[in-house]
Amino acid sequence: MSEPMPLFEVFIRSKRGLDHRHVGSLHAEDAQQALEYARDTYTRRSEGISIWVVRSSDIVASQESDSASFYDPQDDKPYRHATFYKVPDDVSNL
Amino acid sequence: MTKSVDADIFAYAVALGDDGLIHGQRLAEWVSRAPTLEEELAIANVALDHIGRARLFYARALEAGDDGRSEDDLAYRRDADAFTNLTIFELPRGDFAVAVARQFLTDAFNVPFLEALAGSRDPGLAAIAEKAIKESTYHLRRSRDWVLRLGDGTAESRARMQQALDTTWAHCGELFEPFAAEERLRAGGVAVDRAALEGPWRATVDTTLRDATLTVPNTPPAAYRGRSGRHTPHLEPLLVDMQVLQSAYPGQHW
Repeated sequence: MSEPMPLFEVFIRSKRGLDHRHVGSLHAEDAQQALEYARDTYTRRSEGISIWVVRSSDIVASQESDSASFYDPQDDKPYRHATFYKVPDDVSNL
Repeated sequence: MTKSVDADIFAYAVALGDDGLIHGQRLAEWVSRAPTLEEELAIANVALDHIGRARLFYARALEAGDDGRSEDDLAYRRDADAFTNLTIFELPRGDFAVAVARQFLTDAFNVPFLEALAGSRDPGLAAIAEKAIKESTYHLRRSRDWVLRLGDGTAESRARMQQALDTTWAHCGELFEPFAAEERLRAGGVAVDRAALEGPWRATVDTTLRDATLTVPNTPPAAYRGRSGRHTPHLEPLLVDMQVLQSAYPGQHW
């Protein structure tokens, strides 16, 4: 191998109705191989019914230096939080 | 079922179990030696699929011909000449291209074979095939993918892939040769007509090799016949390795 293979992030949906969740990352030659490796690395104990893979380099992430302008203004606006609702007992995945 | 049919089912199921066990063991040798961590996990999964299949076939064999032996007895307490696996599975681990060639050439056989076995009159064998076919469909997807990557890759990967196909090819004829018990079971609708699978197998192989810019080998067939116990010299060392614990501590279990 002349250069390292690209990194992919793996997202798995564990059951119908739930969202895909980030479970980890792996190296693969291309997206197709990443999907197969994800199957073999992250679903061997029946963890999922659907897999997404995406090149890590395609993810745009917020920066630590942005955190003051991104998040601090929300801290004093509690009326935006849905904390005043009671979650019914029958609702398990909210 | 009559006694002779049971004896035939025993021989047939042991042979299919031996194929799985020996292939599984060869694949397991890649653990800690695979090119990447991801590939190692993937190979180990395939190895476990084959070993799991071996256990199911051995269990079916022992139902038919219960002579007091266990699955472990069949796996760990037989010598090379008592094994009836096809010789392609015992060939040395070789380089990664050899693992890919062996996997692809036998997956391309296993998929139609298991599809046919799922229609067996023997419900036990049919159930094993039903489970295994999903595994083999995935194995073929993976191994075909690797043949394409290596064949249509760099000059070195292409040369190694071609070399690996050329050497394993000599053992592919055995895939289509039934043994006596198998012939009798086929007449009764229990065993698969493996000779008839050469056409579909060749079609898969030809298409894939063409897409991978590789040449279909014309290596002459080897003289070994695993089903009659005429093995290559490579099986014995494999068994020594695999059976070392039971040889040193007979009857030991987890």
